[in-house]
Amino acid sequence: METLDGYLDMDLLRFTTAGSVDDGKSTLIGRLMFDTKTIFEDQLESIERTSRQRGDENVNLALLTDGLRSEREQGITIDVAYRYFATPKRKFIIADTPGHIQYTRNMVTGASTANLAIILVDARKGVIEQTCRHSFIASLLRIEHVVLCVNKMDLVDYAQERFEEIVAAFKAFATRLQIKEITFVPISALHGDNVVNRSANMPWYEGPSLLYHLENVYIGPDSNHVDARFPVQWVIRPHSREHHDYRGYAGRVHGGVFRAGDEVVVLPSGFTTRIRSVERFEGPVEEAFSPMSVVIRLEDDIDVSRGDMIAKPNNQPRVEQELDAMFCWFSPERPLEPGRKYLLRHTTRSVRALVREVRYKVDINTLHKEEGDVQLGLNDIGRIHVRTAEPLLYDSYRRNRLTGGFVLVDEGTNRTVGAGMIR
Amino acid sequence: MTQSYQLSHLDQLESEGIFVLRETAAQFERPCILFSGGKDSIVVARLAQKAFWPARPPLTFLHVDTGHNFPETIEFRDRFLGDLGAQLQVALVQDSIDRGRVVEEKGPNASRNGLQTVTLLDALEEGRFDAAVGGARRDEEKARAKERFFSHRDEFGQWDPKNQRPELWNLFNGRKQTGEHFRVFPLSNWTEMDVWQYILREEIPIPALYFAHEREVIEREGVLLAVTEFLTLREEERTERRTVRFRTVGDATCTGAVESAASTLEAVIEEVASARQTERGGRADDRRSEAAMEDRKRQGYF
Repeated sequence: METLDGYLDMDLLRFTTAGSVDDGKSTLIGRLMFDTKTIFEDQLESIERTSRQRGDENVNLALLTDGLRSEREQGITIDVAYRYFATPKRKFIIADTPGHIQYTRNMVTGASTANLAIILVDARKGVIEQTCRHSFIASLLRIEHVVLCVNKMDLVDYAQERFEEIVAAFKAFATRLQIKEITFVPISALHGDNVVNRSANMPWYEGPSLLYHLENVYIGPDSNHVDARFPVQWVIRPHSREHHDYRGYAGRVHGGVFRAGDEVVVLPSGFTTRIRSVERFEGPVEEAFSPMSVVIRLEDDIDVSRGDMIAKPNNQPRVEQELDAMFCWFSPERPLEPGRKYLLRHTTRSVRALVREVRYKVDINTLHKEEGDVQLGLNDIGRIHVRTAEPLLYDSYRRNRLTGGFVLVDEGTNRTVGAGMIR
Repeated sequence: MTQSYQLSHLDQLESEGIFVLRETAAQFERPCILFSGGKDSIVVARLAQKAFWPARPPLTFLHVDTGHNFPETIEFRDRFLGDLGAQLQVALVQDSIDRGRVVEEKGPNASRNGLQTVTLLDALEEGRFDAAVGGARRDEEKARAKERFFSHRDEFGQWDPKNQRPELWNLFNGRKQTGEHFRVFPLSNWTEMDVWQYILREEIPIPALYFAHEREVIEREGVLLAVTEFLTLREEERTERRTVRFRTVGDATCTGAVESAASTLEAVIEEVASARQTERGGRADDRRSEAAMEDRKRQGYF
């Protein structure tokens, strides 16, 4: 069956959307799901019923993405919600996050696993503080593809001049960021213009519809295929008669390529050996690359445990106890306190860490740096210096998102209180 | 193909699920896998088999048994887990009733579905399990769209949406106080379609209930329910023989069937692709109210 074969080989695009209550984000997601037939009759009936009860004029597509009752009652979204839809070309995972400044931590969380970000602008308002904030977060979290959707074009008479003004303003701002590719699409999520199909209302627009772009944008290998990194997650020792001396290191490749016969170094011990085999349940694998989960067996019997990293002798991560990072604070309870100890989680390692200093805080609306005696409160982003009790095996976040990202955990409450991107 | 360094979406989802299961084994002392014999828990079991191969999965399989089963499900469970070499532990809702922990519902809509929560929480406590892996997916229901891979439960087994930890990159935080536990969902990012496609690709056996067969059913409030010894018929209800299949396999009293001629996996997938009702649309337990799932989740349901 052709359709099945095609489906089994589809690729996956993870994108994030940020926006506030009134810029049409929920309507846009509802529209994408509705027009790709992801929404079922029972869901549609349910939102039709609710729309009628609320006295909405049209079926309120935004209701599709409202999650918990507590949120529905207050008419807000308070967390990252994940949505799924597929077209014959691609499967999509949306990390849907609210856009208000008090939800910066949610945007950071949603962006951490995304390859692409959709940023919504209200055509009447143009580029505002919030647009800058969303773009900064996309850049900070190293999302390489940004789509700026200029929404509500119907409310500005589908005017080309207005669209171009906004494009120019955004391009001027974006020169201060590091985003590889920016695409601009004029849309009306409410009426469906340029969402799935090209709109007859904007003949001057010659680019693709939003969905066409999402289906066809080339997302290169998300991860780094140069620097071989394999954090050991779990040691497999069957202790069975047939696998008596078996010892395999299970984990997920975080960068580079691993093959049988490769010379490798195990960190932090620094022992070198060769890869005997790379295996999966199905049998040996010729080569393993990110994000494959595999088992690596080594030629020599050396002591390797969870938290160690297998790399190549000529290309090693930094092995250090000091790190300099951009950091977002998540906790509403108390600010990040220099001098305080936290538990730091990085790859499969968990070490105690001391935050020595907050160097500056970024005003995420203007990108202005505040230096001096600053502290990071809920949703603040700044640059910090951390010392760890044991060495970390890391790369800069710019080079590798998986070996450059970490979180801090409060040892008292066990909560994840912040996330950092190593410089 | 090996030079492109791109994985298909199914390979990415599989790799993510295996990563989550290994992380569960590493971060918890006594993790278990909740196994119902339904397709999602079958896929979780398959991922567990792959994650720890050639060792056996270092997790106990726990079945919360309402006693209201389709006999096929139990036969299937024993055969499937036997082939896996897995440890099975069964927690019976009947035991919770006998011990007075819960009271059986009465009337024609009586179901043991809600009672399972107590049996489950008791079994986790008695077994000192600190993590319970389940097959729930975020696409199933609105209340699940915000669920974490590692979902924290307090000492009463309850889920508090405000107390969940942000999950960035590949970093999962399973730290907890004594008495608290985690629910772990390796299939979070899978859709119903992905599960079916994976079962097809991997040639995983599933219970015959998922394929079209003839059976005695009644139609109640638009849902086709199988006539079993556990179902109390209302006076006006008449049984009829129809060709049906099940989209989910749960408690026999509240799992709805759909009319279908799909007797092969390929046909089931075609049907899923063109379906206009969600798979939970046939579940009487979800129909009880708009926020039924959110409420049950808060109390500690699967």
